[in-house]
Amino acid sequence: MSGVRVLVGTRKGAFILTSDAKRERWDISEPHFAGWEMYHLKGSAVDPNRLYASQSSSWFGQIIQRSDDGGKTWHQPGTPPGEPTTAPDGSPKGESNKFAYDTSPETGKPLTTHQWYDGTPHPWEFKRVWHLEPSLTDVDTIYAGVEDAALFRSTNGGQNWQELSGLRGHGTGSAWAPGAGGMCLHSIILDPKNPNRIYTAISSAGAFRTDDAGKTWQPINRGLHSLYIPNPTAEVGHCVHRIAMHPSRPGVLFMQKHWDVMRSDDGGESWHEISGNLPTDFGFVIDVHAHEPNTIYVVPIKSDSEHFPPDGKLRVYRSRSGGNEWEALTKGLPQSDCYVNVLRDAMAVDSLDKCGVYFGTTGGQVYASADAGDNWSPIVRDLPAVVSVEVQTLP
Amino acid sequence: MIRVTLPPHLRKLAQIDGEVKLDVAGPVSQRTVLDALEARYPMLRGTIRDHVTQRRRAFVRFFACGEDLSHETPDAPLPDAVAKGTEPFMIIGAIAGG
Repeated sequence: MSGVRVLVGTRKGAFILTSDAKRERWDISEPHFAGWEMYHLKGSAVDPNRLYASQSSSWFGQIIQRSDDGGKTWHQPGTPPGEPTTAPDGSPKGESNKFAYDTSPETGKPLTTHQWYDGTPHPWEFKRVWHLEPSLTDVDTIYAGVEDAALFRSTNGGQNWQELSGLRGHGTGSAWAPGAGGMCLHSIILDPKNPNRIYTAISSAGAFRTDDAGKTWQPINRGLHSLYIPNPTAEVGHCVHRIAMHPSRPGVLFMQKHWDVMRSDDGGESWHEISGNLPTDFGFVIDVHAHEPNTIYVVPIKSDSEHFPPDGKLRVYRSRSGGNEWEALTKGLPQSDCYVNVLRDAMAVDSLDKCGVYFGTTGGQVYASADAGDNWSPIVRDLPAVVSVEVQTLP
Repeated sequence: MIRVTLPPHLRKLAQIDGEVKLDVAGPVSQRTVLDALEARYPMLRGTIRDHVTQRRRAFVRFFACGEDLSHETPDAPLPDAVAKGTEPFMIIGAIAGG
């Protein structure tokens, strides 16, 4: 019987929530990696038992964890439990936690600084992995979006990582600046119909696209209008919070920007606003229904300084027309005194029929709807602050 | 034999109970002790020292024999008591209180 596995990253550990296809009764795991910040966990589309997780702390830095059994056991790639941690020659097996920026004379030398908050040049400093995106076709290939913003790739199951430095080096990198949450690469979208095309998004730089598998990149921010930067229509500098795509229509992108919900119908070449009747168009998450490419979801947040729902009412908004016309989804969600946030990686959908929609809050709740958003209920109420939510639909 | 104590998060990461005991060839310094520690437990690489610069991470501190050695140079000799194994080299997460 099919089922669902929800992977939840929180400020103090990861949790795995499982249910059968009815999605009525849930098993909640004990915390994995208790005490660590778990920015993101994601499963491979090729092998659902292969999971990757980003584990980090301000004290001890970045750790990459991998599971080959659906989250029952974990190990750092290259150092499996119970096996020698060094190769016969004494060298360590893999360096799965090492994210070293490209400084090679050929491709990395010009990539020295980005812009700091005060406009001065600042060197790139690796801080953590925000987002992990497994390949759609190869279980051992995975991409990592990191802070300070860069894209890395591993082709050996996370044992070693190499930067795709064409992104930082395409020409605008020196003008990128951090947002309030840091200068993070938080969105990675792989085009299922064109393996050479990848979309990324960075706060606060904007959206970028490669059409040659990561060698060269271009900003795709035409049509974005951001009043909080000196030139509101600049090529880069826009605080994109999240981008989303339906796999059947990879040229159509949806974006939740700092302010404004946006849509592109030409692979990011141009964007137009679809905020329509939303009560506020500030927010972090955006996602697309698994079976209806024109049905999208956002969670409006009051403002950039007041990171909670307007009027204390937690409402998901759904558009069935690809934007502009939105309906509030409230059944089962708190409609008074609710002041949580929903962070950018904390919404996901399953591909069951009907489509399930899930999101987590900074108050530690994970809400689920088994009917595309009509009705909601909490799977769990009292986790640490939720940073990310991913869903696997199991056979 | 050099004795090293680790904070709980790193003990769990390396699947270690209690102190670590290491053989260190040659001079006993922060660098040689950490090199030996990371050789045995490569999952700790990057958690105490930066992968690239090899500098102590900002929120990690080193103590031994009641002294703060965090700001000593990596190649400075550690106290005799550490080299002889009578006192541990302590790796501690900074801001340990609440």
